[in-house]
Amino acid sequence: MYDIATTEKTVEQQVTKISARDVQVYYGESHAIKDVNVDIEDKTVTAFIGPSGCGKSTFLRCLNRMNDTIDICKVKGEILLDGENIYDPKVDPVQLRAKVGMVFQKPNPFPKSIYDNIAYGPRIHGLARNKAELDEIVEKSLRRGAIWNEVKDRLDAPGTGLSGGQQQRLCIARAIATEPEVLLMDEPCSALDPIATAQVEELIDELRQNYSVVIVTHSMQQAARVSQKTAFFHLGNLVEFGETGQIFTNPEDPRTESYITGRIG
Amino acid sequence: MPTFWLVVFVFALAALGFLAGRARALHSAGGNARDLHSLPNYYGANVLLTTLVPALLVLGLWLMIQPSVVQYRVSGMIPEQAIPENSTLGLVMMDVHQVAAGLDLAVDEGALTEQEAGTIRTEFTDLRARLGELGVALGSDVRPEVLQAAQRYRAIDASGHRNMVIVVTLLALAGLGFSWQHTNKDFRARNVVEQGIYALLVLAALLAILTTIGIVLSMFFESISFFKLHSWTDFFFGGTWAPNFRGDSELSILPLLWGTLYISFIALLVAVPVGLFAAVYLSEYANGHVRAFAKPLLEILAGIPTIVYGLFALLTVGPALVSVFGNGPEGLLGVDWMSGATSVLTAGLVMGIMLIPFVSSLSDDIINAVPQTMRDGSLGLGATKSETVRQVVLPAALPGIVGAILLAASRAIGETMIVVMGAGAIAKFSLNPLESMTTITTRIVSQLTGDTDFASAETLVAFALGITLFVLTLGLNVLALYIVRKYREQYE
Amino acid sequence: MTDISQNGSTPRKHGETLMKLTARTKRRNAAERRFQAYGIAAIAAGLLMLAILVVNIVGNGYGAFTQTFVTLDVTLDAAKLDKKGQRNLDDIKKVSTFGYAPLIQKAIEAKVAALGVKTDLKPKDMAALLSKGAPAQLRDYVLEHPDAIGKTLSFRFLANSRVDGYLKGRVTRHSIENDKNISVPQLDLTDQLVKAGVIEKTFNSEFILGSDASDQRPEAAGIGTSMLGSLFMMLVVLALSLPIGVAASIFLEEFAPKAWWTDVIEVNISNLAAVPSIVFGILGLAVFINYMNQPMSAPLVGGLVLTLMTLPTIIISTRAALKAVPPSIRDAALGVGASKMQAVFHHVLPLAAPGILTGTIIGLAQALGETAPLLLIGMVGFIASNPPDSLAAGLMEPNSAMPAQIYEWAKRADPAFYERAWGGIIILLVFLVTMNTLAVILRRRFERRW
Repeated sequence: MYDIATTEKTVEQQVTKISARDVQVYYGESHAIKDVNVDIEDKTVTAFIGPSGCGKSTFLRCLNRMNDTIDICKVKGEILLDGENIYDPKVDPVQLRAKVGMVFQKPNPFPKSIYDNIAYGPRIHGLARNKAELDEIVEKSLRRGAIWNEVKDRLDAPGTGLSGGQQQRLCIARAIATEPEVLLMDEPCSALDPIATAQVEELIDELRQNYSVVIVTHSMQQAARVSQKTAFFHLGNLVEFGETGQIFTNPEDPRTESYITGRIG
Repeated sequence: MPTFWLVVFVFALAALGFLAGRARALHSAGGNARDLHSLPNYYGANVLLTTLVPALLVLGLWLMIQPSVVQYRVSGMIPEQAIPENSTLGLVMMDVHQVAAGLDLAVDEGALTEQEAGTIRTEFTDLRARLGELGVALGSDVRPEVLQAAQRYRAIDASGHRNMVIVVTLLALAGLGFSWQHTNKDFRARNVVEQGIYALLVLAALLAILTTIGIVLSMFFESISFFKLHSWTDFFFGGTWAPNFRGDSELSILPLLWGTLYISFIALLVAVPVGLFAAVYLSEYANGHVRAFAKPLLEILAGIPTIVYGLFALLTVGPALVSVFGNGPEGLLGVDWMSGATSVLTAGLVMGIMLIPFVSSLSDDIINAVPQTMRDGSLGLGATKSETVRQVVLPAALPGIVGAILLAASRAIGETMIVVMGAGAIAKFSLNPLESMTTITTRIVSQLTGDTDFASAETLVAFALGITLFVLTLGLNVLALYIVRKYREQYE
Repeated sequence: MTDISQNGSTPRKHGETLMKLTARTKRRNAAERRFQAYGIAAIAAGLLMLAILVVNIVGNGYGAFTQTFVTLDVTLDAAKLDKKGQRNLDDIKKVSTFGYAPLIQKAIEAKVAALGVKTDLKPKDMAALLSKGAPAQLRDYVLEHPDAIGKTLSFRFLANSRVDGYLKGRVTRHSIENDKNISVPQLDLTDQLVKAGVIEKTFNSEFILGSDASDQRPEAAGIGTSMLGSLFMMLVVLALSLPIGVAASIFLEEFAPKAWWTDVIEVNISNLAAVPSIVFGILGLAVFINYMNQPMSAPLVGGLVLTLMTLPTIIISTRAALKAVPPSIRDAALGVGASKMQAVFHHVLPLAAPGILTGTIIGLAQALGETAPLLLIGMVGFIASNPPDSLAAGLMEPNSAMPAQIYEWAKRADPAFYERAWGGIIILLVFLVTMNTLAVILRRRFERRW
């Protein structure tokens, strides 16, 4: 195990970006998320951990309303982004998702060129006035995605031709390209090898400078390595939320302790 | 004995053999089935199979081979000089067939006795007139050597049939006797029967190959005869289709191909947008209820026989189009652009309707094969559903959709009834969709169902058209299946 | 793809409110709604076509199931029908149908007179309201019942197709201006006779059970005999394609070694499924008729051709059904000492049977509606006037088939046959719907989730 204590030094107080109030999620009959209250801070990496099926991914998908695409999924309660309820009927999920980007478990580059993958978001949201601006956005995003040097000579090559780790960084760069304020990551490293994982983790740490990052992860080490705040979910409940160092060294709830020490999960 | 009863007889014998074999096996084990190597039914099945299979195989082979043997022996009788100019031995032999069939009919109808049919001479009887009375139309007067050959043909054919009955019966009996003789309690009946069944399974699977070979050969040989009568350059590169039953026809496939492709194009113009949009809506937007309701209803369109579409084209769509684009001042548009109900547009529209479910269900499968993560990726970036569909899902599904469209095109090119009833009969190069045009399949039907002499180029051209059609549709299909397979592999 | 130059909107700033839709979002949502509308329109168009087709078929075809009849009391005049008076069948046979026509003319003249209907028509023109087959109907009756000669009996004759069309609204006083077969006074007479109950329109079972009739008598044409032709063809298809198809599928799915020749067979089958049906017709013509000298128009030959055409369909669905049986079943059977052959025939095949049956029914339905190959082997253009009397005759005697009969009617000049064609389609579709429903029920009922 890596040294857990290393993350403690970087913790500092930030403004609240997202706050969830009494969030309930139902999948048809089953009650998937129960009474979740959480405040996610800006310019911070927040990790959601917990055993499989605990609802952490479901909750993450609530934060940019990706659950809307599933017919039987119902969300109750309030989720405020900068004080505005994103489930308000006046909010268009399309506009919301431009602010709250998402990176998925499996790298999912579109069957287009690397350039077009990155340019996709800016194009649909109209972020560039001309080709030069678009080029600039693409380059900036690829640089921030820490993949520019690897792909700058083959921007016209298909994105699907990259390696797994490169694909995932491409997807992160793609998400960044729409200039979101929050970046949601659903187990972004689960399909990657250790080297690619290390690269992505490094990237996440850099992204913290500009974004509020929420990451769902199976790996406690990863949570410990990259996050400043950690939320532990169990059976649809948010059991414990706090400083990452605190959670890993001195959990308050016995369930958190059991999970961290490997007795459940 | 007619072949039908021969088959019944062999089956009856085999059934008898089953019972006898089973009984003998049980008897050899003293009535105790546990002493047998295999279950009693296997002994019965062994006898049944040895009776049935060799006899039926020989019967089948005999039926397939006898005509060529007879042909070969009879054609030896036709002297070189009896073959007229610009004709071939094969064509003379077709005359022989026709005369022989006429004689058969005459005997059946009682117009001639068997004796007369065998000895009749052209010198004394006007055979053409007599057969004509019976409804057998002969293209020309019967020449003596043709008649003689026809009589010889009938004689050999009859004796061949007699021999076949004898051989098959003997073979069935021999099989029965042999296997019955070998039935005893130590005989490994199950293993033998299973090997036999395995062989039958292989045979059944090979039938598919045989069918293809049959298709190719049947058209190939007749096409060769056609190209002996007619220049292949005119067929492939000429510009006119003008069959003339007195000979000297211009038979070029190009105008027919043009009609075929034009009608198929219009059909795809209708079917592809409607089918594709329907598939997109059903797979991306519709909820379960709409899907469960609309999808089977649309697929009904695919289950309707083509004759129904043909009638729809001929009697409903055609006249409706005429009332819009034709009829002069009385028409809806007051124009007179369309004179008859049959036209490229009539056939194309109706064929398009037929192809809608074909395109939609194929595209539906293909769109569903695009991984959900791809859609999530796009939606997660804030794209709307339609942007996701247009810019991510459809481009990803493009190869598969192209494959589906090629399959639909192959269907359209090979479709017969709709064009026979809705397209018309005029072969020409024209861009006007309101005009009648004709297609390859239409011409195949009309050249092969007319009353013309089978040995003429005008009839044989149908086989050359057929083989072209076959190659064309097969090529499209192979290409389409290849593309679709490659596409599926990409997401597996 | 969104054009960069056209979107004039300025880049979105951080912290912008979510509660207000930007102009761009509104535009994109409108595009979204348009796109959805296209989808709905496409489905609606497809369903509309289906509705038009169905309404069209039913609207045009239901008339074929009713027919107009004329009931007349005909005196079977002995002086005309049996001059010698000995009731000798051979003598009676000498009177041709022409000899019976005057009796009918007399009968209708008497009827008209009795009803007090005024008309200038000659008896011959009055009798023209009846089918041209009426004298033959009378003659057939007399030959069957020679004793009836001399009596006056009530007969129900088919009305002429024009009269029938008039009652069904197809023929009007306006439409017959150039029609030599019927005149306005005849229609006036028809109106009177309808009022008197002499002419009436009733259900016509002959359309379903009867045989085709010549060009001159559309009113007498029925689809029954060609239905038998179709039935015999389907028997051949079923008897051949089911065992061969199942055997081929078992081989390919259960036994086939991985070798180049099994690959060839597989590719071959998937390509055969897409060969145009007309090509199978050419094959049938060249091989069965020209080469093997089988008779033209025989349901046996039609059945053979349709078998070759249906086999790929049946093989593909049978293989799917076999594939759906989980390997554990095979392992279980092999585990208790069954041979591979026994495992397949005793365990896998019965479990796959519903799927195989469903596929077979769908294949048969497809074969039942197929027309193009039948054109080439002569099952069109043949007037099947008598139903076959035995199995062998059913297979070997020339006959037609339902779709071929429909095509034949559609080709004829008299529009009265069109109604027959649509009616035939209703019957054909009833068969197809029944078969497909059966297949769906079978599938639902026996569908297994492993």
